Amino acid sequence: MSPAYYKKLRILISLLFFLFTTTVFLDITNNVQVILSPWLVYLQFVPSILKFLSVPALTAGGFIIILVLNISFGRIYCSSVCPLGTLQDIISYTARKLNKKKHFSSSANYRILRYLVFAATLISFIAGNLILLNILEPFSNTGKIFTNVFRPIILLANNFIAFVFERLNIYAVYQIEIKSLSIDLIFISSAFLIVIWIMSFSKGRLFCNTICPVGTILGLLAKYSFVKISINKNRCTSCNLCEKVCKSGCIDKEAKQLDFERCVCCYNCLSVCPNEGIIFSKYYFTDKLKETKIDVDKREFISKTLLYTLTITGISLAQKRIGSKRESTIPVSKNFTVSPPGSIGLSTFTSRCTACHLCVSSCPAQVLQPALWEYGFAGILQPYMDYSASYCTYECVICGNVCPTGAILPVSIEDKKTLQIGKTTFIKKNCIVETEKTECGACAEHCPTKAVKMVPYNKLHIPEIKNEYCVGCGACEHACPTIPYKAIYVEGNPVHQIAKKRSEEKIKREIDFKSDFPF
Amino acid sequence: MNRREFFRKSFKTGVLTSATLAFGKYKDFFPYSEFISPTTYDLVAIKGGEPDVMFDKAIATLGGMKTFIKKGQTVIVKPNIGWDVSPERGGNTNPVLVNRIIKRCFEAGAKDVYVFDHTCDDWKRCYSNSGIERAAKDAGAKVVSGASEGYYQEVAVKRGEVMKNAKVHELILSSDVFINVPILKSHGSTEVTIGMKNLMGIVWDRGFWHRNDLHKCIADFASYRKPDLTIVDAYYVMKKNGPRGISTDDILTMKSQLIGRDMVAVDSAAARLFGVDPKKIDYIKFAEEMKLGTTDLNKLSINRIIM
Repeated sequence: MSPAYYKKLRILISLLFFLFTTTVFLDITNNVQVILSPWLVYLQFVPSILKFLSVPALTAGGFIIILVLNISFGRIYCSSVCPLGTLQDIISYTARKLNKKKHFSSSANYRILRYLVFAATLISFIAGNLILLNILEPFSNTGKIFTNVFRPIILLANNFIAFVFERLNIYAVYQIEIKSLSIDLIFISSAFLIVIWIMSFSKGRLFCNTICPVGTILGLLAKYSFVKISINKNRCTSCNLCEKVCKSGCIDKEAKQLDFERCVCCYNCLSVCPNEGIIFSKYYFTDKLKETKIDVDKREFISKTLLYTLTITGISLAQKRIGSKRESTIPVSKNFTVSPPGSIGLSTFTSRCTACHLCVSSCPAQVLQPALWEYGFAGILQPYMDYSASYCTYECVICGNVCPTGAILPVSIEDKKTLQIGKTTFIKKNCIVETEKTECGACAEHCPTKAVKMVPYNKLHIPEIKNEYCVGCGACEHACPTIPYKAIYVEGNPVHQIAKKRSEEKIKREIDFKSDFPF
Repeated sequence: MNRREFFRKSFKTGVLTSATLAFGKYKDFFPYSEFISPTTYDLVAIKGGEPDVMFDKAIATLGGMKTFIKKGQTVIVKPNIGWDVSPERGGNTNPVLVNRIIKRCFEAGAKDVYVFDHTCDDWKRCYSNSGIERAAKDAGAKVVSGASEGYYQEVAVKRGEVMKNAKVHELILSSDVFINVPILKSHGSTEVTIGMKNLMGIVWDRGFWHRNDLHKCIADFASYRKPDLTIVDAYYVMKKNGPRGISTDDILTMKSQLIGRDMVAVDSAAARLFGVDPKKIDYIKFAEEMKLGTTDLNKLSINRIIM
């Protein structure tokens, strides 16, 4: 295959991956996630590693394929599989379409910066804190942008279209209630998008070679790749075409050097070189790159970065009692946030979730919502069970089936019916039956296991809680109509437990259909 | 074919088609309506058959669906689809019954039939697992979501004492005929849920009802728009753990059905069928006090059919 085709193949593959990612995060009908997600997320580098750590099986071994590809051909992942990479390519491509004169140019190395960011991420990850990974990891970043910025836009557009169709008596397109819309989340995710936008608009893959920890580790490995792209000094005419199309800015035309560590394997250079001066071969041309001089500013920068890393890690270690917060005057104060079914428990979940929000966009009930401070500082943006938005569908196990990192493990529907993610607490003095002396029963109505049941009370009925049957789905809390504080709420189980199944005597089934009516 | 021949043939075909459409199904109504004069009954109670068969028999004694639907009208059929459970769990109206009602609506000349409910559980799962979505679509109805506030419009409940206004699904406002198809089942707080309580599924904010005396709100809202027909499905009756139930252990197969115009009367009869005194159910009592209907079944002409 001629080198010119490498680029075309790369574009095709990357667009396919990108299309799948877009579909999975933006499918507002919640039909395709379960089907497409496993294929999509298998090759995502960080999610796959995390999944492998919790389920060491070949089904979670996508990162091994990426590693093998990487050690053979360089950073294939960055230009084909990574959705954030493709998103940046789309942005810089558009920028250049709008301004034909715009072109890429060689950029500084930023080696120290990216090694430090990588080291900081790794250290905090080992310390059990995923906050840096959650902010920097490319797949999760894309997920956050799609789920919190684009998805609400799609939903609003859908609802507008549905509204117009309604006027024409067409109900095939239906409105979708947006159960939780957090301005903070939209703001945070938009900030991600804007940063990515600014960086890629003029500088191409600057993010991938400065901040992205995946780019850094894959780049380090690419240094030892079997096959590399390099410049043949004898054939190079210094025409400069390759540098102008190099998104990574890793071609130095003066020295006739290509820094393969920073190369994202987009193959743009191969397709423009008129003279075979740039080649992709195991017989690559090496020439040690110029060593950068270390100066005082850099020293200061390094020490500060280390300081910040240690601070963040320290704070997170101090906050290891995840979710425990505010012992205050707020009437409903949960000691523990409820983590999704299949997450085993709070600490397991928060140390495995990269906050890609795939479960958030897949959850049909919209009960899974990204946390702000619910898990504490370390768990920012990781999804939690938000019972003010909705409650967990009794026979639904979608989140465990889509989770790419194994933070939420798959659970069978039968097992889920007794999987206790939390327990119910009843505040009698908030309850309508007590305060208004009227019937209510909204909580017991919704309870799928009858852990909450109405029992006679002063000629009325009041909820009675039997937590051994409770699964912590939050139906009671969501349905409870009291304002502003709920009379019934679910306290998360720090480690998930197994509930008992309520066994009841059967209704006597024999009935005489020939007997008279009782009226 | 010349022009004249074309007109002649078109006319013949037209007459033939119209005649078939208009009179094709006359036999369905004939066997039952020939002996009694229709529409004299206030209430029909039937038991011992399958839901669709019972409905056909019972509605025929009220003169068939034509008594309630005029040609070209739009109809809203409002079953209970509140819960994500299968039909034999008795949490939702029987899909077989819903299907048959819709078919008869179209035969009576309905232009469009709409089906929706403001479900409690996730609406898509409720619609699908209750079997009602499939059953309604098969019969030609349009199945509409009730799960978004955008569908609901603010209305005044003029006779309401506690509930002065409510947000009601737009289809209730735009449809000509309103058929209420509840299922009879137990309820933790109101003892039984039947026709009047089923109307909670056409409003958006149910929390208001629960906060402001549930019984009173049910009665208040029953005054908003009286359904033109209430059909109570009492085939699988949830005797305990209602309204959601835990398993089929809660179910008594009663194979019964009640049809009538007076929702209060129908609810009273259904309560008796369930085994409770309607006068002891507050919302039924309140509704009677508001003169929305009667609980006095002795004053009504009831057609009791045992199959």
